[in-house]
Amino acid sequence: MAASARLGFILLLMPLLLWLTLLLVIPHIDMLMLSLRERIGIGEYQTSLANYATIVTEPLYMRTFLRTAVMSVMVTVITLLIAFPVSYYIAKMVRGRARSALFLLCLIPFWVSELVRTFGWMILLRETGVISKLLQWSGLVSGPVEMLYNDAAIMVGLVYTSMLFMVVPLVTTLDSLDDAVVEAGYDLGGSGWSILREIVIPHAVPGIVSGCIVVFMLSLGNYLTPTMLGGKDSLWFTEMIYSQFIVRFNWELGAAFGFMLLFLSSFLVWVMLRLTGQTLERSMG
Amino acid sequence: MIPTIPTSRALNIIWTSYVALFFVYLTLPLAVVAIFAFNDSQFPSLPWQGFTLDWFFGRSAPKIGVFHERKIMSAIGISALVGAFAALLSVTVGTTNAFLFNRYKFRGRGALYVLMLLPLVVPGIVLGISVLVFSSNVANTVWDAARINWEFLRPGLPLVVLGQFSFITTITTLVISARLQKFDISLEEAALNLGATRLTAVRTVTVPFLMPAIIGAGVVAFLMSFENFNTTLMLVGSDAPLTIAMFDRLKEGSTPLLNAVSLLIMLGSFLLALVLIAFQKRS
Repeated sequence: MAASARLGFILLLMPLLLWLTLLLVIPHIDMLMLSLRERIGIGEYQTSLANYATIVTEPLYMRTFLRTAVMSVMVTVITLLIAFPVSYYIAKMVRGRARSALFLLCLIPFWVSELVRTFGWMILLRETGVISKLLQWSGLVSGPVEMLYNDAAIMVGLVYTSMLFMVVPLVTTLDSLDDAVVEAGYDLGGSGWSILREIVIPHAVPGIVSGCIVVFMLSLGNYLTPTMLGGKDSLWFTEMIYSQFIVRFNWELGAAFGFMLLFLSSFLVWVMLRLTGQTLERSMG
Repeated sequence: MIPTIPTSRALNIIWTSYVALFFVYLTLPLAVVAIFAFNDSQFPSLPWQGFTLDWFFGRSAPKIGVFHERKIMSAIGISALVGAFAALLSVTVGTTNAFLFNRYKFRGRGALYVLMLLPLVVPGIVLGISVLVFSSNVANTVWDAARINWEFLRPGLPLVVLGQFSFITTITTLVISARLQKFDISLEEAALNLGATRLTAVRTVTVPFLMPAIIGAGVVAFLMSFENFNTTLMLVGSDAPLTIAMFDRLKEGSTPLLNAVSLLIMLGSFLLALVLIAFQKRS
């Protein structure tokens, strides 16, 4: 019995270990090693920090890196602000069938690919697009308006694409808030505002954290939306990774870019977990 | 703030209209994509030129419909194939992972669990390049050592499947684990008491209980694979899955053909969602 249990354990452990080592751990170590390699001649390499030095000294790289980080944080905050009242409404203000219908309605856009969603925004926002035509038709503007190919369009697209990943955890945590606690808050003389601040938001922290982590991650690592909705000057960090790998074939620098992105996302996730006293297991698992 | 406590009328009206506005915002981009699939014009934009089904069934240029556009149809086939493989692999490993984490207490379990969650916080494009770097290294080493060309480790569909599998498995593990946790272990013990072997007990009692989660995880995995862009972009070879093929088209300029494809994707996802809901209801 003990022997067969042991065999079962090993058989179950194998796929997990194969998956994690071959597709996660070793590839990332490989990428790190590649990023630490400097080409000094044909087929000759040495270990150095030259690629990282290039990133730090080249203003374009650094600027894009910081811009991507700041804009992703902004996207996360905007998504949270838009999603919170809606999630609260779904979790607390409506009941029964209407509630599950609204929740399902939230999920529907995310059954189609990001490409389709982005395409939808292009049709809406471009110079010959629906909004521009409607504005002209209503007489508010005299000529066509171009709303595509700028940073605001990127933000609109990213917020839209991330919405689900904020709404679902928020609804789930807010749902577990007992109405009686809110009533008690009112009985003790609290106002709507103080109850929101002292009861609702502290209760929703786990949902806020896991929503923010996923949204931040998805925005930072997004390639499609910035490429399709952004203009000539709105370069995203992932676009630089792509161009180093696929266009320029400079894998060493591309790997260094990739590591910077990985570092940035892990660091901010860590800060968020630290600030709120959460762990990855609790907010993700 | 809750229905049992009266709130001011003004706040209620503002809040309700805000939520309504939110849903308009959510559906608007998809609605325009769907509507312009039927516009009888070269471009997916206003003015409305009349209703047509040419973008689905048209046979002659310039209006070649989806069903007669070879490249798009083969891209749909490729995506479905990749999705099926990725779903099969990730559901299998997800199931074994769920059993491992639920049934065994062993040293390093906590660390492995955190490691298992990490793909959720690694950007897809980084996942893609790391797999690309590693597989190219292996392929180059094999070539240098033995002059054997391992084609499946070069950018192409097998690599796309592996890359997608590497993060989808986290999702399937979580979904299947959640259901396994609810399983009453005494049912399995009853089967053992009645003379079943361990494997038979799991096969006839536990696995049927897990089936809704396994099917659900499979559908989600298929959709995630079908829709994936970032990881696929870095690993793709000459055969382009649908998202990549559409992306290349979109860069050249958009025609209502893309709207028609998008509408088909929406319908497909909708049908899959219905299947999923029906299946969850029945169990």
